[in-house]
Amino acid sequence: MKLDNEVSRKEFLKLTGLATVLGVGGSTFFGLYAQENQGLEKNNAMHDQKTKVRYGLVVDTHKCKEGCTDCITACHSKHNVPDHKNKKDEIKWIWKEPAKHLFASRDYSVQNDFSSAKPFLTLCNHCKNPPCVRVCPTQATWKRKDDGIVMMDYHRCIGCRFCMAACPYGSRSFNWVDPRKDLKKPDPDFPTRTIGVVEKCNFCEEIVGEGKLPHCVKNCKEGALTFGNLNDPDSEVRQILVDRPSMTRKPELGTGPSVFYLV
Amino acid sequence: MIENGFKGNLYYKAWLLFLFCIAANGLYHYNRQISEGLGITGMSRDISWGFYVSNFTFLVGIAASAVMLVIPYYIHHYKKFHRAALYGEWLAVAAVTMAGLFIMADMGQPQRAFNILLHPTPSSILFWDMYVLTGYLVINAVIAWVCLRAEKSLLSLPGWVKPLIFLSIPWAIAIHTVTAFLYAGLPGRHLWLTAIMAPRFLASAFASGPAFLLILLFVVKKLSSQVIESEAVATLGKIMLYGMITNIFFYGLEFFTAFYSNIPDHKESLQYLFFGLDGHDKLVPWVRTSLVLGVISVIMLLFSKVRDNENMLIVSALLIFVSTYIDKGMALIIGGFIPSTLGEITEYTITWPELSITLGIWAIGFFLISVFFKMTIQIRKERA
Repeated sequence: MKLDNEVSRKEFLKLTGLATVLGVGGSTFFGLYAQENQGLEKNNAMHDQKTKVRYGLVVDTHKCKEGCTDCITACHSKHNVPDHKNKKDEIKWIWKEPAKHLFASRDYSVQNDFSSAKPFLTLCNHCKNPPCVRVCPTQATWKRKDDGIVMMDYHRCIGCRFCMAACPYGSRSFNWVDPRKDLKKPDPDFPTRTIGVVEKCNFCEEIVGEGKLPHCVKNCKEGALTFGNLNDPDSEVRQILVDRPSMTRKPELGTGPSVFYLV
Repeated sequence: MIENGFKGNLYYKAWLLFLFCIAANGLYHYNRQISEGLGITGMSRDISWGFYVSNFTFLVGIAASAVMLVIPYYIHHYKKFHRAALYGEWLAVAAVTMAGLFIMADMGQPQRAFNILLHPTPSSILFWDMYVLTGYLVINAVIAWVCLRAEKSLLSLPGWVKPLIFLSIPWAIAIHTVTAFLYAGLPGRHLWLTAIMAPRFLASAFASGPAFLLILLFVVKKLSSQVIESEAVATLGKIMLYGMITNIFFYGLEFFTAFYSNIPDHKESLQYLFFGLDGHDKLVPWVRTSLVLGVISVIMLLFSKVRDNENMLIVSALLIFVSTYIDKGMALIIGGFIPSTLGEITEYTITWPELSITLGIWAIGFFLISVFFKMTIQIRKERA
């Protein structure tokens, strides 16, 4: 799989400039027709933050094995996510949640194959129009222009937790207690955090820039996770979404999640 | 001038010492919170804002309500508010200071607070809130100080203060509107996602603020034998009444929209608060108490006999204070997080350190109120 993020800053500025001159409206118009089902190009005029590359993840809920936590373990150990062993102080970047919690507006009363208790993976949606970014008073969380990843600066975050109130997906955790004391084997390749800052899934921004796959995707033996550039019509994620029906969480909120579920 | 605020008999000094001790206890626990983290509070991953943010919201309302004296006195030349208006402004100064302290108490990394200035972010409502609150503090502190100095020196107000006083009126509306916008613009928090959040905030502020001021003026009268015109007191009662009626009416509107539309997401938080949800009902007794006290106070205040009887008026002011404090100081913020964005219910219990810090900030606020009011009383005594 080719990760198309080798665009230099200069090139990026040139491209966006060109897009502005030509008028984005035209391409969006055709885009709407082509992609309406996926909601990929759906316009939210007020908040749309277009990025050249838009990384996304497709979760195949049929392939995801019940009871398996390989992706979670890999992610949490690589990113120094502590296990405080209590729900109150819990930190989680990727975890499983009953389907009815993720897709609450569906009717589960008569469905068999879509049992309401089936655990689905969930993580930061790296939204197209992230409410967390909008509310952050210090830009400690921001949307990276070249790949659409919603980033976190643990050194700038003042711990006001406005982003946690704003996130409609419960994707953010706060370091209520010292995260380092509950880290058994800290990984030196990734920073540990201090008390008082917010953290969340970073789509493995530290390695995807090198063309590697995120830890969760790489460590899934079932092949349930596919990662790639949603803006590239030839990417694997895009091909899957063209062919198969998919869902995003709470699409009605206009956030434009980049995590899609095949159901 | 400020030295007048510390003059007083032994009881007054003991009172200040008492407040100092409560504040010191708060500071001790705050120190713990800084080193151990906000984990020593009752907040959690699901209830990520708690008692601090609730108190902050309530106090912004108290601060904003000073306009309910400024408008009649300075715009409509309602002379009976001559004495009370200054107390209202001092109360606003103390309240907005407390509000700021509650924000500081709530921050995970307060030593980085200046990042808000270093990286100004107009898309964040918190950015605006910081500016309007700081501005409001400065404006009211200057106004109150200059007004008191004019009284002391028996001079009329300097010309430049008038525009500042007029500016303080829309500014007061702004602080509470911006504070409401903190909550009202978040997708996925249905209790807060309501266009009447700002009007609701203002209505409850215009009930709780005058109620608080009435209670304080009552204490001033008892302790200093300085009289506030009884007509002014009765007028404050009327303002409080209209504020509370509007507040309850707005609450009703929220109920109608949620329950008549029958949209589950819109109903659930209200269900949790008033009836309990899936067996979780920790806040139900509080919220019902708040509503009952609110309704009783309105019924009482509808009678002019109550409004003209100072003792009865103080009772209704107390009822309103408690009612709005529970409603805004607890139910509104906690309720917004229940159920969580994942449909789960996590309840919230205040911890002792959290309560200590909260009481500590209130003690600092009461310290300021005491000093400001005492200063005013002393100077007025000299000029009487």
